[in-house]
Amino acid sequence: MSNIKDSQGDVWEVFVQSKPGLPHKHAGSVHATDKEMALQNARDMYTRRNEGTCLWVVPLNAIVSSMPEDSGSFFDPADDKAYRHPTHYIMPEGAKHI
Amino acid sequence: MEDIKKLEEFQAKIDADVKIEPKDWMPEEYRKHLQRQISQHAHSEVIGMQPEGNWISRAPSLRAKVVLLAKIQDEAGHGQYLYSAAETLGKSRDEYIEELQTEKAKYSSIFNYPTLTWADMGAVGWLVDGAAIVNQVSLQRTSYGPYSRAMVRICKEESFHQRQGYEIMAHMAKGTPEQKAMAQDALNRFWWPSIMMFGPHDADSPNTGNAVKWRIKRETNDELRQKFIDKTVGQAEVIGLTIPDPDLKWNEAKGCYDYGKINWDEFWNVVKGNGPCNKQRLKHHIKAHKNGEWVRKAALAYAAKQKEKQLVA
Repeated sequence: MSNIKDSQGDVWEVFVQSKPGLPHKHAGSVHATDKEMALQNARDMYTRRNEGTCLWVVPLNAIVSSMPEDSGSFFDPADDKAYRHPTHYIMPEGAKHI
Repeated sequence: MEDIKKLEEFQAKIDADVKIEPKDWMPEEYRKHLQRQISQHAHSEVIGMQPEGNWISRAPSLRAKVVLLAKIQDEAGHGQYLYSAAETLGKSRDEYIEELQTEKAKYSSIFNYPTLTWADMGAVGWLVDGAAIVNQVSLQRTSYGPYSRAMVRICKEESFHQRQGYEIMAHMAKGTPEQKAMAQDALNRFWWPSIMMFGPHDADSPNTGNAVKWRIKRETNDELRQKFIDKTVGQAEVIGLTIPDPDLKWNEAKGCYDYGKINWDEFWNVVKGNGPCNKQRLKHHIKAHKNGEWVRKAALAYAAKQKEKQLVA
């Protein structure tokens, strides 16, 4: 997903918050030459039916992603730490609300 | 030469219904197939605005006009979602548009038929969008993540399109004898091209094999076509219109409708560029694209100037 240059401006990734209190969720992308245009295009493309209360637009080249082929070693440190999960602990018989 | 191990891992992911994402390894053939299919889909949405745009200035009421405008705006949006998905496969939007304009890429042949009367707006919404929905509902489960997400979004929006079309047909079918005849005429002209939208029969469809193996397509052309026919027959009956196929008959044993022979010569003729509107559609697209060129240039020049100013300040 290289940031290919064409005559249509840069690619901006769009994140929509559908309701106050919910996280912004990736919706797709738009082309735009500046921030305002990116926001307006995102509004016209992704919220034509009141889908959102807030929009984020982020230039594609500002996003840093881990690489899928490295995901094994990259996420490895979390692999052998079962003690980070509540199910790791043995509760005494009869204990409640814990 | 592609790494056999990588290919096996890829197929294992597909078989386990794990979606493929843009940065994942994929066979070149898979990438090419998707580039072709998604861009073709995008082009269809965009070219599909033309037959409907034909009626904006002649819509019979203000309600009909705002609805038609909203629908056409949706089609533009759907084209954008799909171009965005196609761009994640490493080709620019400019390249895709150029392929369309130089006829290297196709779009759905249905849009090469003219929209002659207002009833055609009904037939297009009811049948053309109806057929598209059947296809797109199935594609929501396609194996490529960005394509699948675009389909989910499109399907949410598309059902209004079909309902507004069916409403027009129902309304006209209840009207004067002339209006009902106009609705029937639209159905007569759009029925066969609509069921051709699903493409050739499975036995004659060269791209189906890999597309099914890679779960790009989850159902075959014939399966989807059958679904569409089975849904639509009853809808035509409800509004008192007749589907123009004397061989259309309920098959009790199979639990679906049998239908008549499709005229594939007509289909291939339109695909090859000899439909009633092929030249007009492409010419208009090129003209609109050229007319917008100064806007794109101005926007890029403005952005460059703003950047310069920021550097100075």
